[in-house]
Amino acid sequence: MSEVIHADHHDDHHDHGPDKGLARWLFTTNHKDIGTLYLWFSFLMFLIGGVMALVIRAELFQPGLQFVSPEFFNQMTTNHGLIMVFGAIMPAFVGLANWLVPMQVGAPDMALPRMNNLSFWILPFAFGIMISTLFMEGGGPNFGWTFYAPLSTTYAPDSVTFFIFAVHMMGASSIMGSINIIATILNMRAPGMTLMKMPLFVWTWLITAYLLLAVMPVLAGVVTMMLFDIHFGTSFFNAAGGGDPVMFQHIFWFFGHPEVYIMILPAFGVISHIIPAFSRKPLFGYDSMVYAVASIAFLSFIVWAHHMFTVGMPLAGQLFFMYATMLIAVPTGVKVFNWTATMWKGSMTFETPMLFAIAFVILFTIGGFSGLMLAITPADYQYHDTYFVVAHFHYVLVPGALFSIIAAVYFWFPKWTGKMYNETLGKLHFWLSFIGVNVTFFPQHFSGLAGMPRRIPDYALQFADFNMLSSVGAFIFGFSQVFFLYVIIHGIRSGQKASDRAWEGARGLEWTLPSPAPYHSFTHPPQVTDEEAHA
Amino acid sequence: MSAPSQEANIRRTIRQTVLIVIGMCGFVVALVPLYDLFCEITGLNGKTGGPYTYDAASVQPDTSRLIKVNFITNTNEGMVWDFWPEKGGVRVHPGELKEVNFYVRNPTDKVMIGQAIPSVVPVSAAAYFHKTECFCFNQQVLQPGEEIAMPMRFIVGREVPKTVQSINLSYALFDITETMGDVAVIGGE
Repeated sequence: MSEVIHADHHDDHHDHGPDKGLARWLFTTNHKDIGTLYLWFSFLMFLIGGVMALVIRAELFQPGLQFVSPEFFNQMTTNHGLIMVFGAIMPAFVGLANWLVPMQVGAPDMALPRMNNLSFWILPFAFGIMISTLFMEGGGPNFGWTFYAPLSTTYAPDSVTFFIFAVHMMGASSIMGSINIIATILNMRAPGMTLMKMPLFVWTWLITAYLLLAVMPVLAGVVTMMLFDIHFGTSFFNAAGGGDPVMFQHIFWFFGHPEVYIMILPAFGVISHIIPAFSRKPLFGYDSMVYAVASIAFLSFIVWAHHMFTVGMPLAGQLFFMYATMLIAVPTGVKVFNWTATMWKGSMTFETPMLFAIAFVILFTIGGFSGLMLAITPADYQYHDTYFVVAHFHYVLVPGALFSIIAAVYFWFPKWTGKMYNETLGKLHFWLSFIGVNVTFFPQHFSGLAGMPRRIPDYALQFADFNMLSSVGAFIFGFSQVFFLYVIIHGIRSGQKASDRAWEGARGLEWTLPSPAPYHSFTHPPQVTDEEAHA
Repeated sequence: MSAPSQEANIRRTIRQTVLIVIGMCGFVVALVPLYDLFCEITGLNGKTGGPYTYDAASVQPDTSRLIKVNFITNTNEGMVWDFWPEKGGVRVHPGELKEVNFYVRNPTDKVMIGQAIPSVVPVSAAAYFHKTECFCFNQQVLQPGEEIAMPMRFIVGREVPKTVQSINLSYALFDITETMGDVAVIGGE
């Protein structure tokens, strides 16, 4: 008798909902709560990084120095880059992984829920430290997001030590997050879900997590060497003591290039879900998609020196890195081809997530092409450190990584909240963003080809028109992201009730759950049917 | 107990992933000596080796070839010493030992320490540019107003590629007074 009561009690305990108040968010080990925290945190960072971008664009609206000092301008470019890369894009993808990976593989939660809580709660402190450096004497980091030595060692402001500490913290957070995701994917898939039946978002995150494990220690290593050079008299990057500043660039980009793919591979996964759903066709070439992602991940480790063609490399090195870089276009081309082939003869509709996904395919491809141009070593001597590079990486990161995150938010919004956002508002948000992003970054190709250097607060008169256009676009884009916040809040508060499947063509285990997804889902592993598997 | 439990599997995955992280940390530490070794073997980066032992009797100069060796001196930002070579360049046969003087002068009223860092272009010649004696192997401690001549003896190896017709040897002089600290300054007095 007592056993029965005990069992009942146990069941009650198992089905409890979230805690009340702040404690729910502070102590939560629920993957959905932590996913939500990551997403809101990254949105906050996105707005802060965006304000910095607008300071930059306001200063560059006209030639001459208008609003900020060159020193502060440098702090803005540096912190804009650091916050967008480490604070907005990466945590947003980790948030998506937290929400989606357990639901997509049919697991009740992440493998290591408490560590999950820790990896999130490190981040606000890391970024609190980093942003606080802006208010310190001597200012914050001003050496560019790539923090090349000796700018970041010999000539750095005193606050660089806080920057190093913040980088260590976010690295620890990323490594813990990756271990968690790998442990979940490899061990907690529902029966019947073999590796080659996993949804592509899960696949891309599995590979991304391995990339993170491999390169985050390299980042930690390079900032530790900086710390030693600054405070303990070593000379890793100091030529006078037998070190080599070029070595900094090698080590940094050995981290930095895989890092670039860490920010785009999960985006590939998201797009591979959305395009089939709104084309009402299975994804074309699932297997080749998986192999393409794996090859891109491998190639990312052997192309780092294309970021530093002009340091004075021997011809053999330049040729190797040029060809290896161009090779990346092959698997990337496979992916773009497959997305296009998925749409081919599909019965397509163009809801907001699909609009963002199609814009992703087109604009990311433009960014890919300018990347190919930069890969040509002799051409790179001309383009290096100009606005052409700025245009290139913003095309792959903004309408690339960021658009995929926005598309994912719209696509899974009904599953997360149980409500449907307002389609008209969503489409308005899309068109504002699409126009804003192109008006901002397309002219930068031209100012770059004409020779305008990066990271300068003032410029020659000949670049004035392109820059004015760019700044107008930037403000359109910036304010349309505030509008995005409104669309989301409007959807949460007064959206229509969403059905369980939400989208006619959506496939995958997460759509078999009710909308909104219950606090605890898949406490008993589901059966993976062919219908809900990827194909 | 046939199949291991899910928890055991997760623990195994954690062990493996943590090993990857530790391995990569070790890799970063190893990168620094590996980088130096790589540059030394290939001569990339224009790095030249340490003191070279040379047996004059065993090496015959290759009189069929003449290579122009140019000397470039410059001082790093913040280094106020005057630094110049005895002459802008010399012509040498491969295998021939040559001596050239470099001069430094400390125009300040303080004791200062300098360190010269060499670099050779073309990089394909760096591995064949041997120095039996060089001021770059040591630090220079100069009293206020002191001027010294610093000899540098070198041999261009006979195996230097045929395509190399001239070699530029550049020295950058760094002020390392602060990093060396008080001890070295006292030693110089």
